[in-house]
Amino acid sequence: MSNKSTTGALAIKGIVALIGALLLFAPFLFQDVRSLEVAARICIFIVLVASFDLLIGYTGIVSFAHTMFFGFGAYGAAILLKEMGPGWTPVILGGLAGVAVSLVFAVAIGLLSLRVKAIFFAMITLAAASVVLVLASQLSQFTGGEDGITYRAPDLFKPATKIFTDADGKVLSLWGVKFNGKLAAYYFVFACSLVLFLLMLRFVASPLGTVLKAIRENEARAEAIGYKVVAYRTFIFCLSATIASLAGTVYAVWLKYTGPDTSLSFAIMIDILLMVVIGGMGTMWGAVIGAVLMVVAQYYLRDLMGVASEALTGVPLLPELLAPDRWLFWLGLIFILLVYFFPKGIAGTAMEKGARA
Amino acid sequence: MSEPSLVTRDLTIRFGGHVAVNNVSCAFRPGELTVIVGPNGAGKTTYFNLMSGQLPASSGQVLKDGVDITRMSPSARAQRGIGRAFQLTNLFPQLSVLENIRLAVQARSGDGWRMLRPVGHFRRLTEKAERYLEETRLTKVAHQPAANLPHGDQRKLEVALLMAMEPDIYMFDEPTAGMSLDHAPDVLELIAGIKADTSKTVLLVEHKMDVVRALADRIIVLHNGELLADGEPAEVMGSRIVRDVYLGTSEGVA
Repeated sequence: MSNKSTTGALAIKGIVALIGALLLFAPFLFQDVRSLEVAARICIFIVLVASFDLLIGYTGIVSFAHTMFFGFGAYGAAILLKEMGPGWTPVILGGLAGVAVSLVFAVAIGLLSLRVKAIFFAMITLAAASVVLVLASQLSQFTGGEDGITYRAPDLFKPATKIFTDADGKVLSLWGVKFNGKLAAYYFVFACSLVLFLLMLRFVASPLGTVLKAIRENEARAEAIGYKVVAYRTFIFCLSATIASLAGTVYAVWLKYTGPDTSLSFAIMIDILLMVVIGGMGTMWGAVIGAVLMVVAQYYLRDLMGVASEALTGVPLLPELLAPDRWLFWLGLIFILLVYFFPKGIAGTAMEKGARA
Repeated sequence: MSEPSLVTRDLTIRFGGHVAVNNVSCAFRPGELTVIVGPNGAGKTTYFNLMSGQLPASSGQVLKDGVDITRMSPSARAQRGIGRAFQLTNLFPQLSVLENIRLAVQARSGDGWRMLRPVGHFRRLTEKAERYLEETRLTKVAHQPAANLPHGDQRKLEVALLMAMEPDIYMFDEPTAGMSLDHAPDVLELIAGIKADTSKTVLLVEHKMDVVRALADRIIVLHNGELLADGEPAEVMGSRIVRDVYLGTSEGVA
């Protein structure tokens, strides 16, 4: 409310719009397989981080079970695509099954434990997520265990599929980009992510969004002026779980592989936490910035350091320090500096700057 | 005399062996402003917490318009028209003043579950919130975060929040605590305004004797969690037992 008209807020919105445009034209701007992989991952993680921010940033609920819901959606689609063969029916049924299981877990966790103190709630989500992770690797006849499941996506997304053909019956190209199944798959990911993100933007601006902020600010007073806090908290926990689950389904269709490392692992949970902290809690824009920075760093910091290390051969010490193997060290250092200089995350801190009277 | 709007029957709460409120039975009526007095630790705020639901009663009952609300949550009681303000300022600190009030208006109107249209589209909520800001003379700080307000304005916002809930029963817990002499009259004026509406029941915990004299229709005295006296101001203030306990005369109570 109060930071509606700061120049910082305008800058952040400008950056987010630019990121949106880059993602929209990603297949045309960055024409290699790896870049498209990165772009799709960014789309999915924006949704995942934004849905997590609904909990931690808007409502003040700390949960470690977000990848669990992401995993339900991914495994739902994966298992059915494996069993039923490629097609839209398994994707839709799998997505719905993922949402259904997520809702059952979210309601159970919510009603059982949202009344307790935040720290106990966080512990319970951690326990539930651990159990599900162990189950996923133990029930290998369904889940493929540690190896995960490989399957085929619907025919529309096969690389050989021709979306548009030219006069000779060959796949049509524009600026060197073929209108094939891979392109269709990317735009499927992009469109789904965009719809989910816009929905969340709508939620946080609505009266419901204001109640969530009130609960974050002062739970007891929110209750005292007449809001049923437990009901609101359970509801937003379910909503956030549903969105994470849908993101999981979309990602499973894109990857054509689902395993613990792509959907359920705690490494992803930590990534989400870092993204939301770096981007800025309590702003949807922060989710976009955090997800982009983190995913780009994970994919390109190594390459960049390799180049830097090469360029500095002959200089003492520096090539050693910048060796690509040390990329995690530098990533860690960057995070510490970011948190130090942007205590409320990049979006959160920037939006307070340049306030106009 | 009108029917009581709020009744407590043998209301009791124990914390371990300590009985903080002990068998308090009292009825409050519309059009009446009752001041609750008593020394520190007498159980005044605890009695309030039992009525508005922040604490669960160990035994006894709370009735609103004849309905037993003893087991209801604070939000359910608020929805039934019990409005509670707090002794320590208890706002939504990072939200703007307007947003604080708008939240109370929205709780009353039942629009809290709307999730598909932006808040700005609900003009009637904002307009109503703005009216309360005007009434409490907070319009010029409407867009500041509540935490940035000076103490006196925070106390006013606390009252405004309560008014925006449009309750039948107003419960004020030392509304002028910590306020300077320049600002206290603003809050007292607001309370007098509420009292003028004879459909409202007002309960007030207050220490300042001039406030008590100016506003009270009735005084009840709590001491060690028990109801010690109940009656017209002159009668209660004049009674020897109250003077002994409340004004701290050393003669003690038998």
